[in-house]
Amino acid sequence: MLAVRLKKQRANFALDAEFAMPTPGVVALFGRSGCGKSTLVNIIAGLLSADQGRIELDDRVLLDTSAGVDVAPEKRRIGYVFQDARLFPHLSVDANLRYAQRRAQPPIYVRFDEVADLLDLAPLLGRRTHQLSGGERQRVAIGRALLSQPHLLLLDEPLASLDAARRDEVLPYLETLRDQLAIPMVYVSHQFDEVLRLATHLVIMERGATIAHGEIGEMSLQAPLRAIIGPDAIGAVLDAEVLGIDAISGLQRVRVGSGELSVLAPDAQTGATMRVQILARDVIIATEEPHGLSVRNRLRGIVTVIQRDDAQADQISIDVGGATILARITDAATRELELRPGMPAWALVKSVSLRGRSIRRAAPI
Amino acid sequence: MAWLTPDENTALYLSLTVAARSVLLNLPFAILIAWVLTRGRFVGRTVLDAIVHLPMVLPPVVVGFVLLLIFGTRGVVGAWLDRVLDVHLVFTRNGAALATAVMSFPLMVRTIRISLENVDRGLEEAARTLGAGPLDRFATITMPLILPGILAGAVTAFSAGLGEFGAVITFVSNIPGETRTLPLALYTALQSPDGNAEAIRLACLSFGLGLTGLLISEWLARRLRKRFGR
Repeated sequence: MLAVRLKKQRANFALDAEFAMPTPGVVALFGRSGCGKSTLVNIIAGLLSADQGRIELDDRVLLDTSAGVDVAPEKRRIGYVFQDARLFPHLSVDANLRYAQRRAQPPIYVRFDEVADLLDLAPLLGRRTHQLSGGERQRVAIGRALLSQPHLLLLDEPLASLDAARRDEVLPYLETLRDQLAIPMVYVSHQFDEVLRLATHLVIMERGATIAHGEIGEMSLQAPLRAIIGPDAIGAVLDAEVLGIDAISGLQRVRVGSGELSVLAPDAQTGATMRVQILARDVIIATEEPHGLSVRNRLRGIVTVIQRDDAQADQISIDVGGATILARITDAATRELELRPGMPAWALVKSVSLRGRSIRRAAPI
Repeated sequence: MAWLTPDENTALYLSLTVAARSVLLNLPFAILIAWVLTRGRFVGRTVLDAIVHLPMVLPPVVVGFVLLLIFGTRGVVGAWLDRVLDVHLVFTRNGAALATAVMSFPLMVRTIRISLENVDRGLEEAARTLGAGPLDRFATITMPLILPGILAGAVTAFSAGLGEFGAVITFVSNIPGETRTLPLALYTALQSPDGNAEAIRLACLSFGLGLTGLLISEWLARRLRKRFGR
């Protein structure tokens, strides 16, 4: 369990943060640039002080201003991957990694070879840090942080300074860390697609304050997220069980509540968990079972909430046997279909519009 | 060197050892003071900064005179050194090294300070999150990063120290074989009617040494910058 409660007041900025998440897990600190994400992470690392508050990590109190506890950063056992990597320029890649390894406290849960293997660092070991590409630098930085055997890994926009291609090169490594090492992570980002791929929990920040936090699926349905990423990017995020490939269509079948979806994801393993985002704007609502449509996914559910989204659109929540799906339709459509809470409805989604690429293996915890 | 007279060779040797000793004496203090001036937040920092830089603006004779007052046989520190440790600074090469050290101190502090200011504090923070305590961080991160500055500062101070005149002659006088360094020998040669040739030789020697020192300092800085990929 990571529990954080912090306050800090500066001349032109106030931080007021509170969140908790079970460990291991990946909590994403999400918000616009300048909302205080980095400040919060630096306080968790101990590099910045807080006026008052408490940080607890798996029964270890790292900070408790009321009790006078403030563990020094070098004793917190929190790994930190900085946006600018911060590799030591006077040391080789190998020496950078060993620097962390030599100072690690037992228990040692990940060995040098494992880290090198996990992050494909072997070909880089002999290089000097200025001979690395941006993506390689971040991989080395991640490896170095891991070798200090941290109890928590902080990643402050580690991909922000990389171009799209380099980001896609590093992201899979982060997924591997989450799935294979089960190390708790705090991931700072203002890119929702990164959050979507990595996070299990989401903390939303605005103007220095944490305004909402919870599991990502639940948070994906809520207004604070929509306020930041906009109605076009909003959609239910579901961690669905992979049922196997349909012999006729070749599509992957995944379970969503009481229904099933077909997704383009040929390499998913049966029984694994797949994260699917169903964008609200891609969902069509029908009040009776439709016929003669190309749409493969038809989920039968009950309308639970109808919310005015903006001037001319509504956001409809549909409960499909425990899983909630969002649909964004025009106000006119809502009226025409006479939608109201409690009414049965069909949610239709095209398979090609499903984002099912983020696949998590069953948690090895 | 073959083209120098034995006396001139002695002067060269004296200059080299005096300058070298002044650098060694200065190094730890210069690093400490540079650190305090860069990282310290305390009342009186500006005053300390000014005091450190005083030898640059004072006439060297004044520095020599102040040293005499403090380290002379009747000076506060000088008398104590004489009585307790049997160390004598006036009229000795040790005294010449001290006078040279005081004169080149600001030079060293300045170069080291500039490199300290250029150290990316983020790297020290990174080391901190990896479990490195304060001394560890200084030895393994800060020191190696400012090493180019320290070396460049040392070489520059050494070169400057070879030619320290005013403070040396005031504090330890001009004794052949003991405190007569290159510039003092040159000055002595100029005083004698047939010393022109010798003065020219010594001037050329000083010129060569100074140039070599500056070139080495620049080369060191460049090499190390390259090593860090900057």
